[in-house]
Amino acid sequence: MPTFIPQMIIGVTDLAAAFLFLYGLKRMSSPVTAPSGIFVAGLGMLVAVLASFLYIFSVSAAARPFLSVNIGLAVIALILGGGIAWWSGKKVAMTSMPQMVALYNGMGGGAAGAIAAVELFGNKTQGATQLVVTLVGALIGAVSLSGSLIAWAKLDGVIKKPLRATGQQTFNGIVMLATLTVGGYIVFVAQSSADPLIAMPQLISLFFALALLFGIAMTLPIGGADMPVVISIYNAFTGLAVGLEGFVLQNPALMIAGMVVGAAGMLLTLLMAKAMNRSVSNVVFTNFGTPAKHKQGDIKGSLKPTEAGDAGIFMRYASKVIIVPGYGLAVAQGQQKLYEFVKLLQAAGVDVKFAIHPVAGRMPGQMDVLLAEAGVPYDMIFQLEDINDDFASADVALVIGANDVVNPAARDDKSSPIFGMPILNADKAKKVYVVKRGEGKGYAGIVNALFYAENCEMVYGDAQAVLVKMIEAVRGLGLSAAA
Amino acid sequence: MDFAISITGFVALYIFMLAAFGGWVIIGRVPAILHTPLMSGSNFVHGIVVVGGIFALLNASSVEEQAIGFFAVLLGAGNAAGGYAVTDRMLAMFQVSGPKHNKHSHSAHHIKKA
Repeated sequence: MPTFIPQMIIGVTDLAAAFLFLYGLKRMSSPVTAPSGIFVAGLGMLVAVLASFLYIFSVSAAARPFLSVNIGLAVIALILGGGIAWWSGKKVAMTSMPQMVALYNGMGGGAAGAIAAVELFGNKTQGATQLVVTLVGALIGAVSLSGSLIAWAKLDGVIKKPLRATGQQTFNGIVMLATLTVGGYIVFVAQSSADPLIAMPQLISLFFALALLFGIAMTLPIGGADMPVVISIYNAFTGLAVGLEGFVLQNPALMIAGMVVGAAGMLLTLLMAKAMNRSVSNVVFTNFGTPAKHKQGDIKGSLKPTEAGDAGIFMRYASKVIIVPGYGLAVAQGQQKLYEFVKLLQAAGVDVKFAIHPVAGRMPGQMDVLLAEAGVPYDMIFQLEDINDDFASADVALVIGANDVVNPAARDDKSSPIFGMPILNADKAKKVYVVKRGEGKGYAGIVNALFYAENCEMVYGDAQAVLVKMIEAVRGLGLSAAA
Repeated sequence: MDFAISITGFVALYIFMLAAFGGWVIIGRVPAILHTPLMSGSNFVHGIVVVGGIFALLNASSVEEQAIGFFAVLLGAGNAAGGYAVTDRMLAMFQVSGPKHNKHSHSAHHIKKA
């Protein structure tokens, strides 16, 4: 077979794949078309992977003796890697989605890094540009791999607390500098054909080791609530790495797919950082807990505990209720019970809406997914900017497992560390119920003025148990009491 | 006839620029409610790296390269398959309230009164 036929087929399928990815992502911009969007993108992936086996007809002379083994290895790797990931993706719990996405993301970064490693160890790059691009892609891919793995470990609870040491930032800076120095030296040696101080393969290994170390050192000190930003960053990183390796392999489909994801990840990162009123570098390079020495403004009022049943009945006779769910709800696995309660309220004619803060959960939009899993229709779920004015006309705001995102200090108290962060104005509702495990503080470690407000009552207990009590109380009234 | 693709520096920069812009515009319009599936969906899209892995592995000419290439395909395939599986699962859960298209549907959801 003449070589242009497989080349042409690969060219056409890769072009089709790039189009299908873009079109698929476009369809994902609405909940109605989104399921077909991922299918379209999946189709693109399938044809691109199948067509890639046509590279068989154009392998280099050096690789020809290895070809049959290589084909076997490729098939095994595809089935093994794809199979395990597919199976784990099908059975993972929705609450564990962030760590799963982090894991898959790390895999992508690792794959990009491994491609770079093959190119570097095999001395296959041509010219300084390709070598530099390969190295940059390798660096980003390796950082994404080790960083994502640490993020996974944190989200999965393997690593419980952020590990912070004094001089951490200096250490990170030194590791970064060392990585870049080794990378620069590799380019210098390759270009000048001078005798390297260390043999090239060792040099390349050192480069990867330093890059991996940097990813670990960079992610370890970052706290749990900052994870939405971190996952977004690594998603963007992997995209970038894939795009750069696509250039090295002269594959435009990889370049386009990688860069689209890189841009998308960057956008999400900025959105998440904005929702926390912090810059991206602030999330990555400083630690939330450290400026805790600020003086807490005087808080007037007291905590007023109330019974779950009373709160439930009060809401049953309200006409408009807005629910603010937070990560604590997901921890208590209370989404199903919450929606059961909401359906009871709706049956009694109460107007119920959900208000979601952009950083509720451990990855962007996680709370929306958890509510969707419980069966909550998406037209009942509203984002911060769309619902914040509604609180003033609401009879009740029910805050479940959320804390910092409803703290009015972000609006009023200039000395507060969260001042300026966009919050849900739950305090503007006529009545506020806060369902909370105990009297502890939120992630930011600051007292929530809302809890002490005149119109706020606290319902202490596990979110799920509280909701069960509310449901029982409302059921106890009987539906005949409605109307 | 020659269908070999050759992308040099500036052409690459043009591709990168247009792709990044396209990604920014497409993703910028996705509502916040879909941010998680969007992230796992774009995560799936960069699973295309598996194609690069297959290329590298097929062109491997030493045991070392074979091992690293195998690793690349393994991880890339995991990225793609896993990303698809979780995105598909999540998107299937999003539903609108009320049986708007079918009046006789026995949907469990309450119809919202406007």
